[in-house]
Amino acid sequence: MSRTFLGLPRRLSRPDDDAPPAAAGAGEPPESPFGPVPHPQTPLRWGDAFPVAARQTLQNAQLRRNLGHATQVIRAKRAAVVGEVPDWEALRDAGSALKERVMAELPELLQQLEENVTARGGVVHWARDAAEANRIVTEIARAKGADEVVKVKSMATQEIGLNEHLAAEGIAAVETDLAELIVQLADDMPSHILVPAIHRNRTEIRDIFLARMGDAPPDLSDVPRELAMAARAHLRRKFLSAKVAVSGANFGVASTGTLAVVESEGNGRMCLTLPETLVTVMGIEKLVPDFEDLEVFLQLLPRSSTGERMNPYTSLWTGVTPGDGPSEFHLVLLDNGRTDVLADEVGRAALHCIRCSACLNVCPVYERVGGHAYGSVYPGPIGAILTPQLTASTGGVSGHDDVNAALPYASTLCGACYDVCPVKIDIPSILVDLRAREVDADRSRGGVDPWAAAMKAASWLMSDGGRFGRAGRAATLAHGLGGRDGVISAAPPPVSAWTRSRDLPAPPRQTFRQWWAKEHESPADAGGER
Amino acid sequence: MRIALAATCIADTMFPGAPRATVRLLERLGHEVVFPPGQACCGQMHVNTGYFAEAVPVVRNHVETFAPVADGEWDAVVIPSGSCTGSVRHQQAMVCRRAGLDGLAATAEAVAAKTYELSELLVDVLGVTDVGAWFPHRVTYHPTCHSLRMLRVGDRPLRLLRAVEDIDLVELPAAESCCGFGGTFALKNADTSAAMLADKTAHVRSTGAAVVTAGDMSCLMHIGGGLSRQRAGVGTLHLAEILASTREEPTALPATRADRTGVSR
Amino acid sequence: MSDARTEVLSRVRAALGRPGSGTTPAGTVGAAPRDVVVPRGYRAAGEHAAGSPEVLEQLVDRLVDYRAHVQQVAETDLPAAVAGLVRELSAGRVAVVVPHGIDRGWLAGLGDEVEVREDSPGSPLPATELDTVDAVLTAARVACSETGTIVLDGEPDQGRRAISLVPDVHLCVVRADQVVQTVPEAVRLLAAHPGRPLTWVSGPSATSDIELDRVEGVHGPRTLHVLLVG
Repeated sequence: MSRTFLGLPRRLSRPDDDAPPAAAGAGEPPESPFGPVPHPQTPLRWGDAFPVAARQTLQNAQLRRNLGHATQVIRAKRAAVVGEVPDWEALRDAGSALKERVMAELPELLQQLEENVTARGGVVHWARDAAEANRIVTEIARAKGADEVVKVKSMATQEIGLNEHLAAEGIAAVETDLAELIVQLADDMPSHILVPAIHRNRTEIRDIFLARMGDAPPDLSDVPRELAMAARAHLRRKFLSAKVAVSGANFGVASTGTLAVVESEGNGRMCLTLPETLVTVMGIEKLVPDFEDLEVFLQLLPRSSTGERMNPYTSLWTGVTPGDGPSEFHLVLLDNGRTDVLADEVGRAALHCIRCSACLNVCPVYERVGGHAYGSVYPGPIGAILTPQLTASTGGVSGHDDVNAALPYASTLCGACYDVCPVKIDIPSILVDLRAREVDADRSRGGVDPWAAAMKAASWLMSDGGRFGRAGRAATLAHGLGGRDGVISAAPPPVSAWTRSRDLPAPPRQTFRQWWAKEHESPADAGGER
Repeated sequence: MRIALAATCIADTMFPGAPRATVRLLERLGHEVVFPPGQACCGQMHVNTGYFAEAVPVVRNHVETFAPVADGEWDAVVIPSGSCTGSVRHQQAMVCRRAGLDGLAATAEAVAAKTYELSELLVDVLGVTDVGAWFPHRVTYHPTCHSLRMLRVGDRPLRLLRAVEDIDLVELPAAESCCGFGGTFALKNADTSAAMLADKTAHVRSTGAAVVTAGDMSCLMHIGGGLSRQRAGVGTLHLAEILASTREEPTALPATRADRTGVSR
Repeated sequence: MSDARTEVLSRVRAALGRPGSGTTPAGTVGAAPRDVVVPRGYRAAGEHAAGSPEVLEQLVDRLVDYRAHVQQVAETDLPAAVAGLVRELSAGRVAVVVPHGIDRGWLAGLGDEVEVREDSPGSPLPATELDTVDAVLTAARVACSETGTIVLDGEPDQGRRAISLVPDVHLCVVRADQVVQTVPEAVRLLAAHPGRPLTWVSGPSATSDIELDRVEGVHGPRTLHVLLVG
């Protein structure tokens, strides 16, 4: 973290500091020019716990409008192009099973991939954690004498904070995906897996470009086409001169060593093709066994993510092709918590994720609070199961005070995410399982937790019809609490969380089982509430 | 048929109108309803909040109470709730197995195989969509998440409602979006829950309906709590309460806070 | 401490409950997963044959939907069609890059004002020069009608990846018999040479990053002309 001209901490990843600093008088309160932005210590754990962070983001009416609009558009697009595929469910079944197979055979498949990439002239590196991966990329860039690298949008490099690390080492990482560029120029954090700047509208983007791009046309309008053209002009020079590119990968084919990047703008092709050296950082779970398996995922991914029948560009490459593209290729295989996820029999399915972001787009919670409330580069439903597990070794699942341990509760379990997931990750079941793991960890820690005490009492009450019947009958005595309206409008904690915005009905005069006993049972057998 | 009713803990103690209507409706259709008195709760709240160990005795009580259905003493178990039926079908056996109780898990699966949510029982098991109901009011239907996506009841509830005489059934905008209840979510993430509820109640009010109905009293408690706080003048009724309504024995429109306090709609 | 490769592989084995592997970083040993059989119930091929009128019609429909330009031409009319498109590029002199293995007959209709620059892996044009040419003309390996996708595989008639990327206009010749209906048909064809660098192109470059509003034309060619022959 450094201090900006406005006195705010910001990320060290912005490539161009040639934009003039905004005039800020000394002594004025610091203020971010583009609204509140999160400033992570680590990309997988930042900010307040979800309930608190969500309370803040919910107050941002602009954010909610932007997100509401964007998610509605993308949901409709996805539904339309998925609806026209007659064998969609069969594709999902195949995709799910393929990923399950990858996990089961991961040691063998990783070695097979390594062998094939190496045989085709690539260099394979292994990274246990973020620091190791960052060090590897930095050393490669430095060996090439590069003080600037161009980047294809990649979740893996977001996750390890590569840009910040490179900046600290004096190497500028230039994000070339339009949304990543917007996020980077605003010193912001991504709030969506696919469209990192989904929380920004066109006017905000125009303002960011004008203030921060350096070479944006002064009469730039907020028409999306014009904004895209400004980005094209801004980045072209960098594409043509860059020596080193850094990418992620959507898929790695074990049996051939082929890697795939799925994209739209052509910035990916530029990075994968023009610089002499390409470094690809890929999570170890991104494998598919065979080349033919791409026929499944290249149908599932585009329709689920951008709602297109196919994304504009997909690049596949295998090691180094003499005379065509980079002459040097490095593949960094990243663990960074993935093996902890893999070790969980239920939670390991989170590694099946192909980063389409369909679950974010349909999630009613994400739609209201936005990505930043999740405090991780992986927001939304998939983030709520992936982030805690990726940080398990530092308390992400079981840590009593760890903010990530609150993520599995950031869901109503409505199931919309499971319905759209192209690889059928049962996110609601994994959320529940993670909740149980946290509760179990708390239980073994001892101490007094009001939730645990309440749940224990409820368990005793609700495991016997007689006890429960008597409790219900006792509750009817509170019928009068409802007053004239028959409702309770204020209550002490924790029920106050409910009554802040909702009424609670007063208990009825008579429980169901009291009525039943009166109506249906003869006096001789009316023993239901013994 | 001999049908055992699982009233659900929340309806038994807070909303007895729903299971009462279920009884009236099934008896009117010529079936015998049994209420096993040992029942209390299916365990869903404990499971969904992560208290698996505490859920076990609750699940055991439910499974043992309804085990006779597996032996043929009753033909089916009906639950007037999508989420409780979902918990019986998708969670109870899992919780038993995790606790090492494989025998109980097997019984739970056998009971679950004969357990139906109300609209499933009516349409799939009893084969009726026109239950002879009469309800001359404007109604909008909220498909609760677990009915929709866990049980996949599809349009069964709507087919039942469309067959109700004189009903003015209006479509709810963004119907399939969650109301924000989510059990303890409403308390643990109260602000987010309230934001979701605000959108749901706005959609309900936009229909001009006098009643919003659903197959789950818990979601209706949430939506109704929001409508009541807003003095919206829109009441809530369980699907069973509309289907039980006849000319001879009509279900009254629920009193709303707006009515009672004299605030106009 | 062991090297990263050994340690990561050991962690993976531990996570899968393989014997003698130690633990994952969080100190856990996982359970062995069940055996998986991958169900292949999806369509391996479409109902229409490669190059059939239905498939061609679908490809055209999809390409147009992506704002690509499509012309269906007979083989004999191809040189004239190429010349016509090149003439539209600029009133004055025009530079077009072609891969060294291009069918020379396709260029037969070009006038003297058109400068044809040949590119090959042996003597590649620098990217800065590619940035100054008006268009690129290539063949293709296969096309998929359901998704409106054309695949280039870097063979001599399609050239290095850079030449179909940097110029702003891409003229792409696709033979009717190269058009299959489904993605699996295309992938299985490409699987014969999985090591070739592949570029799947579905329309001109585009972005939806601003309010999810689709804008065609970003970094890749902003204009895609497809000449569908036969």
